Amino acid sequence: MSAAASSTSPFEATPRARRRKLVGRLMEAVCTLAALLAVVVLALVIYAVLRRGLPVLSWSFLTEVPTVDAFGNTSGGIANSIVGTLIITGIATLISVPIGVLIAIFNAEFAPARVANGIRLLLNVLAGVPTIVIGVFIFGLLVVGHGYSAYAASVALSIVMVPIIARSVEEVLATVPGHLREGSLALGATRAKTVVSVILPTATGGIVTATILAVARAAGETAPILFTSSIFANAMSTDPSKAMASLPMTIYLDSQQPSVTAQQQAWAAALVLMALVLLASIAGRLLSLRSRRRIEQSR
Amino acid sequence: MSTEAPTTPAPHHLGRRLRIGDLGLRTLTAAAALLAILTIGLLVWEVLRGAHESISTFGLGFLTSTDWNAVTNVFGARYLLEGTLVTSFFALVIAVPLSIAIGLFLSELAPKALRAPVGMLVELLAAIPSVVLGLWGIIVLGPFISTHIEPWLDDHLGFIPLFSGYASNVGVLPACLILTIMVVPIVSSISRELFNSVPADLKQGALALGATRWEMVRQVAIPQVSAGLVAATMLGFARAVGEAIAVAQVIGAHNASPFGSLFKPAGTLASWIATQFSGSATSLQRSSLYYLALILLTISLVTNVAAQLIVRRIQKRMGVRV
Repeated sequence: MSAAASSTSPFEATPRARRRKLVGRLMEAVCTLAALLAVVVLALVIYAVLRRGLPVLSWSFLTEVPTVDAFGNTSGGIANSIVGTLIITGIATLISVPIGVLIAIFNAEFAPARVANGIRLLLNVLAGVPTIVIGVFIFGLLVVGHGYSAYAASVALSIVMVPIIARSVEEVLATVPGHLREGSLALGATRAKTVVSVILPTATGGIVTATILAVARAAGETAPILFTSSIFANAMSTDPSKAMASLPMTIYLDSQQPSVTAQQQAWAAALVLMALVLLASIAGRLLSLRSRRRIEQSR
Repeated sequence: MSTEAPTTPAPHHLGRRLRIGDLGLRTLTAAAALLAILTIGLLVWEVLRGAHESISTFGLGFLTSTDWNAVTNVFGARYLLEGTLVTSFFALVIAVPLSIAIGLFLSELAPKALRAPVGMLVELLAAIPSVVLGLWGIIVLGPFISTHIEPWLDDHLGFIPLFSGYASNVGVLPACLILTIMVVPIVSSISRELFNSVPADLKQGALALGATRWEMVRQVAIPQVSAGLVAATMLGFARAVGEAIAVAQVIGAHNASPFGSLFKPAGTLASWIATQFSGSATSLQRSSLYYLALILLTISLVTNVAAQLIVRRIQKRMGVRV
C-alpha cells in the first residue's frame, strides 16, 4: 500500500484512505442516530402522555375523587391518588433520609476502608433487588396478619430509596474539602461536632438533591405498592394505617380496563405523575450540578 | 472510661463528654448501616420462608415443570424462566449496541455543548415510571407493533418460527422493546463514563498515528473498556430481569413458552408474580410465587455482585468511579 501511496501526490487520498474515512463517517453517523433515537423515544412517550392526558386534565380532575357507575365505568377525579402518593412517598422519605444519611456518614467518616467497601457492595445489592421482590418481602413481613396499609407501602418504598440516598450522599461527603474537616478538628472539635457543624452544612445541597432524586424514583414505583396498598376505596383517605390510592396504582389498574374513560383517567394520571417525576428529576440534576460547582469553588 | 481520659489534653470532664458524642454518633451511624444489612438478610429469609412449602413439594423439578395449574395444584417455572431469558436477551441484543453507540456519541463525538443536555435527556428516559411506559406500551406501542412491525417480520423472517404468527397487541415482542427502553439509559450512561475514563494520551496517540476517530474508538477505546462494557451489560440484564410492572402490562400474562412465537402472549418470573400474587387460590400457589421470587432474587443478586466485582477491578486499575 505504501508503494501505491508513493506513486500519487501525497495530498491526494488513496482509495484505502477514502474508505477508512467513509467508514469513520458512517460509524459516527450511526452513533449520532442512536443518541437521536433515544431522545425521540423520550419525546414520543412525553408527547403521547401530553396528547392523551391534557384534554382530560381539569381542576375538578385534580380535586375530586373517582366515581364508578353501575356498569363499572370509572369517571371523576384522582384527588385521592395524588394525596395518597404524597403521603406514602412522604413517609418513605421520612424513614429513608435519616437512615441513608447516617449510613453515608458511617461510610465516609467512621468505617474502616474494608467495612465501607463491604457496605457499598451491599447497598448496591439492595439497589439491585427487583422491586417486585421487595413487594412480596414487605407483604410477608408487614401485610400478612395486619392487612394492607400505606405504612407498609412506605416501608417498601424506603427500601428502594435508602441505597439511592446513601450512595449519593456519600459521594457528596467525599467532595467536602479536606481543609474544612482538618480546620475543625484542629480547633479542637470532636469528629461528631465536625460532622454536625461543618460537614453536614457544607453537604446540605447534595443531601437535598439526593433526596429529590430518590423521591422522583420512589413516587413512580408500582411494584412495592402492588401487594401493600393496592385495594382501596374511591373515597379520600388520609389514614396511613389503611390502604391508600396512589398515582402509579391508579394508572396500573386503569390501564388494564377496557373502558375508554378508565384509559383516559390513566393517561391524565400518568401526566400528573410524569410532571411530578420528570420535574423533580430535572430539578435534582440541575441542583446537583450547582452544588458540586459551589463545593469546588470553596476548595 | 476514666482511665483513658488522660490520653487527651482536654480537661477531664470535657474529654469524656466529647468522646461520648463521638461514640454516640459512631454507634448511631453504624446501627443504620447494620439496619441495611439486616434488611437484606430479612428479605432473603422472608422469601425463603414464603417459598418453603413449594420447595418441599416440588424441589428442583419446579424449574423444569411447565404446569401452572391452580385446579390440580401443580406449579412450575419453566415457561416463565424461558420468558424472562428471551425478553431480556432480545432487549439486550437491541439495547447494548445502541447504548455503546450512545455512550460513544456522548463521550467522543458530540460537540461539547451538546454532551450534557443530550446525556441528561437519555438519563431522563430512566426517570419515566415503568407503569407509564407500560401504559404507553399497551395503547401506543402495542398496536403499532401489531400493524406495522409484526406483519413485516412475518413476511421477511417468517421462516424462523420465533418471527412468525398472527400479529397481536400484547405479547413477547412489545415486552422486549419496552425492556430495551429501560435498559438503554443504564448501559449508555455507564459506557459514557467508561469511554470518558480512557486516558487522553492513548486516544491522542492513536489519532496522532493517523487513525480516524472511529479507528481510535474501535482499536483503542473499546478494547480498553471491554470488561466494563461486560459489567454494564450485566447490570442492564439485571434491570431487564427484574422489571415486573411494565412487562406485566404488555406481555399478556399467559403461561406459555415464548419460543413458539414472539408475537404471542407469555410471562416472565417478575410479571407473573405481579399478575398472580393477589389472586392466589391456595397456599401452595402463593408459596410457588415466592419460589419464583427466590429464583428472580438469585438471578439478580448473582448478576449484580458479579458486575460489581468487575467494576471494582476496573476502578482499582484505572482509578475511576462508575
